[in-house]
Amino acid sequence: MAQRLLLVSTIMAFLAGLAIASFAGFREFLPGLLQGALITVEITVAGAVLALVCAVIAALAKLYGPAPVRWLAITYIELFRGTSALVQLFWMFFVLPHFGVRLEPLLVAILALGLNIGAYGAEVVRGAIIAVPRGQWEATIALNMSRAAALRRVILPQAFVAMIPPWGNLLIELLKSTSLVSLITIADLTFRAQQMNQTTFRTVEIFIIVLLLYLAISMIITVGMRALEAKAAGAVARGRAH
Amino acid sequence: MVWDWSYALSILPILAQASIVTIQATLLGFVLAATLGLLLAILRTSPLPIIAVPTGLVVEFIRSTPLLIQIFFLYFVFPEFGVTLDAFVAGVIALGVHYATYCSEVYRAGLEGVPRGQWEASTALNLSPFHTFRDVIIPQAIPPVIPALGNYFVALFKETPLLSAIAVMELMQRAKILGSQTFRYIEPITIAGAFFLVMSLIAAALIRYVERRIALRGIRP
Repeated sequence: MAQRLLLVSTIMAFLAGLAIASFAGFREFLPGLLQGALITVEITVAGAVLALVCAVIAALAKLYGPAPVRWLAITYIELFRGTSALVQLFWMFFVLPHFGVRLEPLLVAILALGLNIGAYGAEVVRGAIIAVPRGQWEATIALNMSRAAALRRVILPQAFVAMIPPWGNLLIELLKSTSLVSLITIADLTFRAQQMNQTTFRTVEIFIIVLLLYLAISMIITVGMRALEAKAAGAVARGRAH
Repeated sequence: MVWDWSYALSILPILAQASIVTIQATLLGFVLAATLGLLLAILRTSPLPIIAVPTGLVVEFIRSTPLLIQIFFLYFVFPEFGVTLDAFVAGVIALGVHYATYCSEVYRAGLEGVPRGQWEASTALNLSPFHTFRDVIIPQAIPPVIPALGNYFVALFKETPLLSAIAVMELMQRAKILGSQTFRYIEPITIAGAFFLVMSLIAAALIRYVERRIALRGIRP
């Protein structure tokens, strides 16, 4: 129900954007902005994959690693949660070259944002693992499963369902933070908007289209995560019934 | 030697001065966020759909679009309507409004946590809506959500570098300018990062302290 509502509003928002675009005669802006939106989506997707990998590794390291590994994970999480995403981005962009590490701006963007969201995600993953009832661990001991097998086959699948909604929020945070990459010369949606604004001065129109495009992408994320949540919850329920 | 201590020490006073602007933006932005957020939360929980639904839409819209765009929007769009805002003012308003929508969700959780009986009692006592909110509901709704508000305070603090995009002379902008003047980016940007890390660790510790105090005090006086 809520899902359908969201889907309808996504389509409406998108149509509204298109309608405004064609009516007010700034059809000229949309193609360029859509190209920028493509870069935004690319960075979001690549950043999300990196964030997920970092989050799972850091969470497992913080929960079950030996002391040095645990400390490393805590340092990573606190460092990236404690400083600003823009500072991290600038640090990788301006400072790393001085240490002889010269990366493509696009790679810097994906790395910085992925590591940043990964640090927040690590706490989400950790929380979800802790929230799995103790009895589940006890049952795996009773069944003589190894810790790794218990994690992989019993604990993580259940934790996975609990972590989908907070991951949805994080992905929207990631999408929003991709606008920062415009400040390190990447031609994403925000960068294109800035550029068009400087040449045409039609600020209101350009930025309204841009806001609607971001809104549309974030609604797609919301709808997708809702669907994933329903599917995962169903799968776990079926697994229990067996 | 990559890190130059004498250079780092020489730029420290300049960065310290810029960090005052960062702190000012944080405090002013959060005051705006906390008050406007409460207003939005009250409007959104209104029994009248005509008020609640548009408020909800506005909140969702602001929450799902990037702050950077909102900052640009305020800074570039207001002059078109004849209101020229100082970059600092535009930045603070954008930060405040953006985080007001987050705070409104926190307040909403607090408001919904107040037992229904409190509302019914207020009706029974013939209190006006204003007095119900001011004397009964809000004093019970806010203390439990203070830690969550604190988290957004820290989050807002960490977003202030975005103001550098509209050339507000805050910490990040200073650090970048220092870097471009001397081509030594390592020291200024690392110092800026360390400043944010230290401040947010302190803030996080303070929030944990407040959280414990609230838990100790029990539910309500």
